Amino acid sequence: MSEMVSTIKKICKRYGNDRARLMDIVNEVQDALGHVPREAFGLIAREANTHRVEVESVVSFYAFLSDKKQGAVVIRLCDDIIDRFKGSEAVGDALVAALGIGFDETTADGKITLEKTPCIGMSDQAPGMLVNDTVITNLTPAKIPDLVRQLMANPDPQALVAEPGDGNNADSLICAMVNNNIREAGPVILADYRKNAGLRKALTQTPEEVIEDVKTSQLRGRGGAGFLTGFKWELTRKARGTEKFVLCNADEGEPGTFKDRVLLTERADLVLEGMTIAAYAIGAETGIIYLRGEYAYLRGFLEHTINQRREAHLLGNTILGHEGFNFDVRIQMGAGAYVCGEETSLISSCEGTRGDPTDRTPFPVVKGYMVSPTAVNNVESYCCAARIMDKGPGWFASIGTARSAGTKLLSVCGDCERPGIYEIPFGTKLRELLARAGAEDVAAVCVGGPSGQMVGPAQFDLGISYEELSTGGSVMVFSNQRDILEVADAFMEFFVDESCGYCVPCRVGNVLLKNRLERVRKGVGEQKDLDYLQRLGESVKFTSRCGLGQTSPNPILSTLKNFRPVYNALVKENKTGFHKSFNIMKAVEQASAIAGRRSEIFHA
Amino acid sequence: MNDTFKITIDGKEIEARQGQTIMDAADAAGIYIPRLCSHPDLKPIGSCRVCTVVVDGRPQAACVKPVMDGMVIENDTPAVLQHRRNIIDMMFVEGNHFCMFCEKSGNCELQALAYRFGITAPQYPFQFPEKEVDGSHPDILLDHNRCIMCARCVRASQELDGKNVFQSIGRGFHRKIGVNGEKELGDTDMAVSDRATEICPVGCIIKKRVGYEVPIGQRIYDKAPIGSDIEEVHP
Repeated sequence: MSEMVSTIKKICKRYGNDRARLMDIVNEVQDALGHVPREAFGLIAREANTHRVEVESVVSFYAFLSDKKQGAVVIRLCDDIIDRFKGSEAVGDALVAALGIGFDETTADGKITLEKTPCIGMSDQAPGMLVNDTVITNLTPAKIPDLVRQLMANPDPQALVAEPGDGNNADSLICAMVNNNIREAGPVILADYRKNAGLRKALTQTPEEVIEDVKTSQLRGRGGAGFLTGFKWELTRKARGTEKFVLCNADEGEPGTFKDRVLLTERADLVLEGMTIAAYAIGAETGIIYLRGEYAYLRGFLEHTINQRREAHLLGNTILGHEGFNFDVRIQMGAGAYVCGEETSLISSCEGTRGDPTDRTPFPVVKGYMVSPTAVNNVESYCCAARIMDKGPGWFASIGTARSAGTKLLSVCGDCERPGIYEIPFGTKLRELLARAGAEDVAAVCVGGPSGQMVGPAQFDLGISYEELSTGGSVMVFSNQRDILEVADAFMEFFVDESCGYCVPCRVGNVLLKNRLERVRKGVGEQKDLDYLQRLGESVKFTSRCGLGQTSPNPILSTLKNFRPVYNALVKENKTGFHKSFNIMKAVEQASAIAGRRSEIFHA
Repeated sequence: MNDTFKITIDGKEIEARQGQTIMDAADAAGIYIPRLCSHPDLKPIGSCRVCTVVVDGRPQAACVKPVMDGMVIENDTPAVLQHRRNIIDMMFVEGNHFCMFCEKSGNCELQALAYRFGITAPQYPFQFPEKEVDGSHPDILLDHNRCIMCARCVRASQELDGKNVFQSIGRGFHRKIGVNGEKELGDTDMAVSDRATEICPVGCIIKKRVGYEVPIGQRIYDKAPIGSDIEEVHP
């Protein structure tokens, strides 16, 4: 038996030859072999009781999985717009020069592969990159030759971490050069708190009373959609099903967002406490933390935290002596797919399939993970729930605005003096936040990431809240030195790359939108191209199946609305009657080549 | 418990039953809602979005959305029709559809839908992607140029044939239908008698050697526009 075969068989066996654990299986095969070879699809399928094409379907979906042999070291340079504005392109050039390869190539000795990847959740210390699971931040082109030399001498990327960051980043189980950059702590999440006081309080109440408290607190989902958490728990509790599940959405993929990174680093216990309270409230025995592949460096620490809680009877059977209350948590690793932050995609991924979203009738609260009632909540929502149980729903509801209770963690990045984490009461004006972050000469702020909206100074007096400026946490600041449409273009590129392709409008519409925006940016667009963008964008929003496509035209639609003069300046009236985008020289180029002579009429 | 109730489509009150989708109820009442990925013998998946309707102000795919008592649905409004037309155009430009040279012409649901919508040319630029043609199977041709990713073949193989010949692979614009074999369709257990062979709405999966048994001009949609069969239920 070849080594590959025995390795794969061993991995499949470790996951009980269970097709529902296909994500874990292919993730481990990738780690062990440097790729998931096509020759192995059939074997994995047989061992995991599924079909070859299902394995191919999964491997071809996730960006961190590859059917082509990669180096033992994979460098993934973060390619979001914040990193680009902080110089990631020059860093990329330096990597190309030092390694002697281009992007998506592997060095001749087969040791190092170079790739680009969307936001890795380090926008406050950009430019950054992943070297396997190790995060490298604050890159400059000058640092690259040394980093590459070190990697060539010692392929262990952890050796690159000279000095770990603050707080738990220095914990031996994390040991990352990441800094928390907590700029302002608020009363709910980042204040000092009494560990497990919320859970203990919850266990003195009935599950129904716990749900009532969360409802009274007016807590709404912190991922951005803003659904009432207590109501979600109630629906899950009431839904028929012998098994119920509590899922934690730690697939923080919205570019410019990194608050869950900090919560998982500094408040892992609070997150797990909140999940345990949710489990008690809805009657679940199993929980899953869906951790994005980019945060794999936190996995060991989180597993340790889970183990500690088991030992302290905060997880496992008869939690805190409460007869009949059993709950345990596992971590499900993602593998580079933004759409998996959408709750139904996240569930698909947890079930070991490609991360296509599913129809939301039935909703996950009725039929979610393993067709059972499932509550999926954001990392931050669980933190809030635990604090609500400790301090009371009235205390929580008294913070923020009437329709947005509590505080919000914001990840502020881009052109400002003090990028990092701000815990602010809902209702805080954007202008005030910008002042605190030391942002001057601001031309635009992207609130809510690419799926949110680009706003200009006219909107700076709006408050951060579900009713005014809604965000799952991302606040990206762009100074008046930046090209707004370069930002919009980069966001569209992101959506084109991250669309799962399931439905037509998102799969095709985003490509068409991006192409037409490029035309406008090149200065060969016309007024009617702006109408085209508007109408097409509205169709994609209106007809797409999941939240990705329903928000993906926002970079274009919100800039058309709030930065119209920028577009107008690019599409000056064209009196010639010719389409500016039509280049006759280019059109006859191929024919000229075939004919072996240039056009008599059209030539330069 | 009374499980029939009324819903309203474009101002017309119709009967609906608990457990039906909007499309089921509309079909039964003789109201045609355009669709492509949906097929009466298959579980609906809502991927093409052509059947988008407006329910109480919100867009929904009629093929998957269950009816509820008193639902108010907009189907045949200028705004909805425009969105549908845009989606149909998108399908034409994302693939390589040369109707005049296609064996499926006249039996093709995409082509028929375009005619029903009065589309003579798509409003979006053709993308001309490079797609594969898989002729490895002795009896079946798989031409990805014409695929619209409706996944009817995926479902038919699983739900009707008890096999698993097809599955979606890749993502985004590069998503395509993969086959459950080492390389190509000829490596799979697909048989020409499988329902998956004849369920393709376009010319992506076609039987070899029978392409022109029925002459152009005498084909399904040469005789009546797509949807006529449903509309004839209640003329």
